[in-house]
Amino acid sequence: MTDMTIRPDRAPLTVDVLAGPVSRLRKETAIRWFFFSAALVSIGISILIIWSLVNEAWTFISQVDWSVTWGETGWFPRRGLYDMPTLLVASLIVTIVAMFVAGPLGLGSAIYLSEYASRRTRSILKPVLEVLAGVPSVVLGFFALFFISPQLIERIGRNGWLVIGALIVLTYVALVAGWARNLMKREAGTPVSVQVQRILMLTLLVAGALVLVWWVNGVAETADTFAVKRSGQLAAAAVGVGILTIPLVASIAEDALASVPRELREASAGLGARKATTTTQVVLPAAVSGIVAAFIIGISRALGETMVVFMAGGAADASQFTSSPFDGGLTMTAGMASLATGTDSVVGEGLTFQSLYFVGMVLFLLTLFLNVVAGRFVNRVREKY
Amino acid sequence: MAMATIGNNGAARRVEDEIFKQGRDLRGAGFRMVLLAALAVSTLILIVLLVQVLTDGWPVIDERFGDFWSGTLRSRSSDDALGISQGIAGSFWIAVFVAVLAFPIGISAAVYLEEYAPRNWLTSVIDIAIRNLAGVPSVVYGLLGLFLFVKTRDGNSSLMAGGITLAILVLPIVVITAAEAIRAVPSSLKEGAFGVGATKWDVIRSQVLPFAAPGILTGTLLSLSRAVGEAAPLILVGAITGRLAPRDGSFFGADQFFDRFTAMPIVIVGWVQQSGRDEGFAAAAGAAIVVLLAFVILMNSGAVLLRNYFEKKRG
Repeated sequence: MTDMTIRPDRAPLTVDVLAGPVSRLRKETAIRWFFFSAALVSIGISILIIWSLVNEAWTFISQVDWSVTWGETGWFPRRGLYDMPTLLVASLIVTIVAMFVAGPLGLGSAIYLSEYASRRTRSILKPVLEVLAGVPSVVLGFFALFFISPQLIERIGRNGWLVIGALIVLTYVALVAGWARNLMKREAGTPVSVQVQRILMLTLLVAGALVLVWWVNGVAETADTFAVKRSGQLAAAAVGVGILTIPLVASIAEDALASVPRELREASAGLGARKATTTTQVVLPAAVSGIVAAFIIGISRALGETMVVFMAGGAADASQFTSSPFDGGLTMTAGMASLATGTDSVVGEGLTFQSLYFVGMVLFLLTLFLNVVAGRFVNRVREKY
Repeated sequence: MAMATIGNNGAARRVEDEIFKQGRDLRGAGFRMVLLAALAVSTLILIVLLVQVLTDGWPVIDERFGDFWSGTLRSRSSDDALGISQGIAGSFWIAVFVAVLAFPIGISAAVYLEEYAPRNWLTSVIDIAIRNLAGVPSVVYGLLGLFLFVKTRDGNSSLMAGGITLAILVLPIVVITAAEAIRAVPSSLKEGAFGVGATKWDVIRSQVLPFAAPGILTGTLLSLSRAVGEAAPLILVGAITGRLAPRDGSFFGADQFFDRFTAMPIVIVGWVQQSGRDEGFAAAAGAAIVVLLAFVILMNSGAVLLRNYFEKKRG
């Protein structure tokens, strides 16, 4: 027989022979299970996080007298006053101010690096952002307390910042309004991305207007004395958080811009558009989902940033309710950190320990929501191109 | 003919001017300037930050770096024995915990996801879990550590609790960067190995991991520097910010794993807090930051250089 001539002295070639010795197969299976269990660890950690949060937070939710969690008194956990608006509003202030720093700087850097920079400029300037991304948050806390607070916030003063802040917000509103006008000029049969942009720009416009009103009105009213403190204030911490967020916004936005196909830019240039026109009218709208994702992830990061606010936020372990960035305050994260310094006193003191997990759960849910939304936007860019 | 008119010298220049009128495109130039300003401001912030930290910490580093390196946490900044040795020890052991726990588990998970995982619901659950874990704020990991290790041991914080918490914190980063590196391995390499009769594990060991090694190494270096700079989870787990009595045992003694601990970022936080009542602590904190930054920037730039080197080498 001809098929036997290849292995004349051996048994016929079967599937079992080809599969090799059983020990080899067993080893392969064992290795596969090892890798699989390593991958399962992440699910385990997720479950543990949720379980620990829910477990302790539930004790808080079921036992706390709800009148102490919502009354604009302040966050005094050691006295049994867990006023959530105090933490939430401070978190909101820090996040908004931080995004007014990180948004324009991050997006501007990303556009320049992606659209304008030559290979050489890029190789010099990109590492700057990478180094900035690696700076630990305690360093920014130190910087916010010893530089931003005295040299930037206090030196310019409350009135100066009222004007500067109002100008920044006005510029922002004008930019969004200009974008809106351009968008409205487009024809009816609108693609989804234009609809997304319309909803987005309306939200941004309303948000900008609200911030402007708050800045001019609320800030001016609440901070009638501009206390010079060595412990910093929310505004300084917020700028520090913003600086930490710049590289994150820049890198995600740059990825989004890089995923816009070259052909779109070439077609635009072929029609005679200038570089700036191509960038603002073609590339940015095409990458809008990714840029939105960059901003949302930036917000989520700013919400979760702890040490900068803890060190430079101007409140030690308790805080009155405040809606002014020029006061000291505690964000959700800083409130947790300050409660936990000296853990010995946290354990077993009424609901103090549980309140930590309640705040943690609120923070976890907020950031999870933001990250999931951002993930949707990122996927939209991926699917499109 | 059109060609002929353009051939005319004056007209050609005018047409050229019209087409390439970048020099007169003021709005375009302005836009470009605004974008460049964003980058310039970011660079400026980094420079000011470095200068500020260096000038604040320089006196300490210049005058008594040896003592500072070997000193311990003290209640007065004028104390000659004030220093960072406990912080260095804590951060070193935390880095060891991260390297021992997070790296093998993270890289193995990445191998599973890229090489083994079937496309089913379980794989996508693992994928979603990792992605979401990467976005969880670091304080929340601190809450987990507090819940798992500290609360159950009657409020005793320990170096081990801190180390394991930070290993959990960087795990998703290790998985994501390692998975990216493994994904970039050309399938022709793997197919070649399969073709000569290698098993899956042979292929992974001899082809996939060696090729992905630089990328994996970059990711691990980045996550190590992240872990060393992270403070929030350690604060929650109960690292010591105030005064920590010096330990008697040796640097490599295992007894310290169950003992109260501190770490470089925590030392910095503690000194910044105490600078309110004792100004000298600000300089000490600055000096500690210089040490921490030197380490972190060294590691980060090492990772970036490594990545660039291999990107260039492989074209």
